[in-house]
Order: sequence, then structure tokens, then C-alpha cells
Amino acid sequence: MPGTWIIVEQRDGNVRKVTFEMLSEAKKYGEEVSAVVFGKNVEGLAPEFAKYGADKVYVVEGDLFAEYNTGAYVAQLAAMIAEYQPNAVLFAHTFNGRDFASRLAQKLEAGLATDAIAAEITAGKGVFTRAIYAGKALAKVEVTTSPILATIRAGVMEVAEAAGAGAVVKPAIAATDADVYQSIKSFVPTVSARPDLTEAEVVVSGGRGCKGPDGIKLVEQLADMLGAAVGGSRASIDSGWLGHELQVGQTGKVVNPNLYIAAGISGAIQHLAGMSSSKFIAAINTDPEAPIFNVSDFGVVSDLFKVIPALCTELKK
Amino acid sequence: MKVLVCVKQTFDTEAKIELKDGKIADAGINLIINPYDEVAVEGGIQLKEKKIVDEVVVLSAGSDKAMDAIRTALAMGADRGILLKQDTAADEYARAVALAAAIKEENPDIILAGHVAADDGSSQVPTRIAEILGIPHINVITNVEIADGKATCTCEADGGTLVAEVALPAVISSQVSWNEPRYPSMKGIMQAKKKPVATKDAAAVDNKVTIIEYAMPPAKQAGVKIEDDPDVCAAKLADWMLNTVKIEVK
Repeated sequence: MPGTWIIVEQRDGNVRKVTFEMLSEAKKYGEEVSAVVFGKNVEGLAPEFAKYGADKVYVVEGDLFAEYNTGAYVAQLAAMIAEYQPNAVLFAHTFNGRDFASRLAQKLEAGLATDAIAAEITAGKGVFTRAIYAGKALAKVEVTTSPILATIRAGVMEVAEAAGAGAVVKPAIAATDADVYQSIKSFVPTVSARPDLTEAEVVVSGGRGCKGPDGIKLVEQLADMLGAAVGGSRASIDSGWLGHELQVGQTGKVVNPNLYIAAGISGAIQHLAGMSSSKFIAAINTDPEAPIFNVSDFGVVSDLFKVIPALCTELKK
Repeated sequence: MKVLVCVKQTFDTEAKIELKDGKIADAGINLIINPYDEVAVEGGIQLKEKKIVDEVVVLSAGSDKAMDAIRTALAMGADRGILLKQDTAADEYARAVALAAAIKEENPDIILAGHVAADDGSSQVPTRIAEILGIPHINVITNVEIADGKATCTCEADGGTLVAEVALPAVISSQVSWNEPRYPSMKGIMQAKKKPVATKDAAAVDNKVTIIEYAMPPAKQAGVKIEDDPDVCAAKLADWMLNTVKIEVK
């Protein structure tokens, strides 16, 4: 029985790491694991999925699938699910992944667990842990329809290499131009040498204590030394020092890097919700009573304008 | 043209979450319009101010308490409201089915909603509504232009900014950066009391997702906190980063 399908997240052949995280997770279930990749000229990616345990790689290729569009992708995947009947289909909890999964789930009149941070999948049963209230609480839920559908948060599952056959399967193309209802006019990639906030190993964030663009520059300088993503609390977003897409917290992104460095962030509950699950947390703040220190592994009560330059010098040694 | 905005009443984002008898405790918690939906309400009102639409209808599914969310939206400037009484334990499927049925009766040209709710964080309902109604949707918009029966939307996308066009009617979900929602004026609050709000019962639909249990995340313990000369602090922090966290310096 075709066990778990992992919907690949890729753009221009660059596969998001969360795809490999999901493949590694699915391998644990002991059933067949398949990667499902949509795109144009993407068959060449198959060995990448085999390396993380994909027994099969369903390749859906064509101009119609060159860029993500909900209508054609949903029509195609729904037809494939009807034909092959996978036990579970997992998507990444990206903007595209949740859009894709939500419309598919409704088409199938099925349940869907979005933004899952843990999964237990057996034949016909899918139980997921979801962070609710932006991580202030957890809910364990069961999807009671078939196939089991979920979107998985990036960075919560371990990547492990495991040899898979990676046999390429080319399913019949069921979607047509008539299924497309969103006309893509342009896509402008964010010009940044820094990693994606939600996938970064290290995140350096700046808040009100940065006082302006000069403080943010220090945050960015430290981030670049560490190959880190830059984020911000609501104060620095609302002040216009950083773009909204970099906001960490309840009305922004939830991040869980290996190391989170909070510079000049007091730690309002909405911000803590977005970063408390980071493995290690360091905080630099002049206020010794700042709530950020309650969740920090290493707290520095000092002026970030002095500490960050000194830290950069130390790290260069 | 008519715009319909779906709003969900949620806990204030400043609320501290606690469990009581295995459930999320709601006693004493301030309730607000989901911040993403509030942006959608503002977006709808601005479309009316630009004379692109004639009417802004607010729809909320939930308990009687959700009337407050509707009144807030009316005070901001929406024209009338619909409260769809539904068990708050309804899942995303059941909520979408109920909302879509009410929307169908209204037959709006544009359906707005936040792309995600700040409580359950599901980001499913707007997209599900579009599928039920058999109309296009577009998610996470930061701007929209309406012309010639089409919506041209700028959207926050994975790794960039997307511009896409859909034909109306369509479901359009908002990102918080689309606009800055206004505070209701005193005049608006007074007027809202007189604006019509219809109350209906949502059709009973079975959930597709069952909640097994709630839990609190493992509490994060505070570690060391040092107060010293900045250079000393920096040296100790660097040592911790290199030897405990084992980061790599580029």
C-alpha cells in the first residue's frame, strides 16, 4: 500500500530543507515513502529525494506546473490520490503548502492538521501535535478522514540520510489549463544573502532597544558573521526598521532555530510565543527585569551598542 | 459591488494561556477581532471609501459573544452584520461549510478574511470557503487593486513577493501588513448600535478533526544572567556560543 506522500517544496530546482525533514520523518513509519514533485524539468531532482529515503518519486512535469498555482496543482493531486490511494499526504507549512493543502482538503471534504510540530502516523490513523496561540499551548489532534492530511512546520523534524530506491513514477496528467484561476503576473524574490527566517539555524533579532537603523545594522552585522537570518520584534517592524516579513511573534513568524539571539527585545508575550521553542536563546538587554531573560539560556544585562561590536571582535578571534 | 468580511473572535494576543480541566481557560480573557481579520475589515471599509464597493457586510461564526466582534467592525465602518451561531468546537471544515452557506445567501463580489487566526493558527478556512463556493481565492495579500471584475493582489509568498490576478467573485485573505486598522470613533460606536445584525443558526456538520488533548509546552528555564563590563560580557557570551551552542563563525 502506498504509505506516505511528501509534497516537495521547490523553486527553480532548489528544494527546501523541510522536504528532507518530512522524508526522514516518514521513513520512521516503516511504510513506503514517496516524494511528489511538481514543476518543469524536475525529474533530475529524484536522486536528492532517494538520498533521504524516498522509495518512489512521483514526477508531475509540464508548463502547467512550472510555478505553483492552486487550481492545477489541486486538480492533479486529487486525481493522483484517487488513483494511488496513499495513507497520508504531508505538505510543508509554507505559504504555498498551506494554500495547496487547504484547498485539496476541502475538495476531498477531508480534515487537515496544519502547522504540525509532531506526527504519529499508522495505517488509517494520523495524530498530530499542533502549536496553538502561537505556541502558548499545544493541541493533540486526530485527522479522522482519509487520506490523512497535514502541513508540517519547518525545522521540527530531524533530517537523516537513508537510501531509497527513488523509482520515478510519471502519473497521468489530469489537470488542464481550465483548472487555473490565478494568473501570476510577477514573482520578485527577496534579495537577501541571508537564510530564510523560518529555516535558519541561527536567528539574530533586534527590538526597540536598537533605537533605529544604526542598532539594526549591528544586528545585521552579527547575523552575517554567523550566517544567520535577521528578525525583529513588533517594535522594530512598526518603526519601519525592518520589513513585516521579518517579524517574529504571534502576528509574525514562529521560528525555532538552534540559536536565537534577542538584542534590545524586552520579551512581550507575543514575541516570546514566536521564539521560545528555539534550542538555545541568548538575550542582550539593558533592563535586568526584562521578561526575555526568563526564557534565555544566556542573558547579558548590558548595552547592545557596546556588546555586539565587542562580541563580533571576540568571535573573529 | 458588495464586500463580505469574515471575522473570528479570538483571545487578545496579550492573553496568557492556561489550562483548566483539560481545556483552554477563557475566564477573564479579553476578546478581540482576530488581528488578521481586523485588517480585512479595514481593507473592506477602504474599498467602500474609494467607492469601489457600496456595502461592507461582516460575518462571524461563533457564540453570542462574537456579537462584540461584529459591533466593533460596525463601529469601524462596516454597514451590517451577520452572527452565525455555531459551537466554538467546530473544526475548520465545519466552520467553512457554515460560513460558505451564509456567504452564498449574500452573494458578495469580494470575500475578505485574515489569512490565519491568532488562536488556532490553522490558515484553512478562507481557502476552504472558496472551494465550497467554487470560486478563486488568493492568500496573504498586502495590497489589492479592484478593476474590470478582477482583483490584482500583491501577496507575501515564500521567498519573495507575488503579484497575481483573480476574477471576481473571489476569496481574498489578508496579511497584517496590508493596512493599519482604524480605531472606532465615538461617533462610529454610537452608530454601530443602530446598524442591523441578523442572527442565524449554523447548519450542524460533523468535524473531520478531533481534538484529543491540550497541553502546555515545556516551560523554558532561565539560564545564567550576567551583568558586567560590555567587553567582559561579550567575551563570556562568545565563549558560550562557541563552546556550548557550538556555532560556526563564517
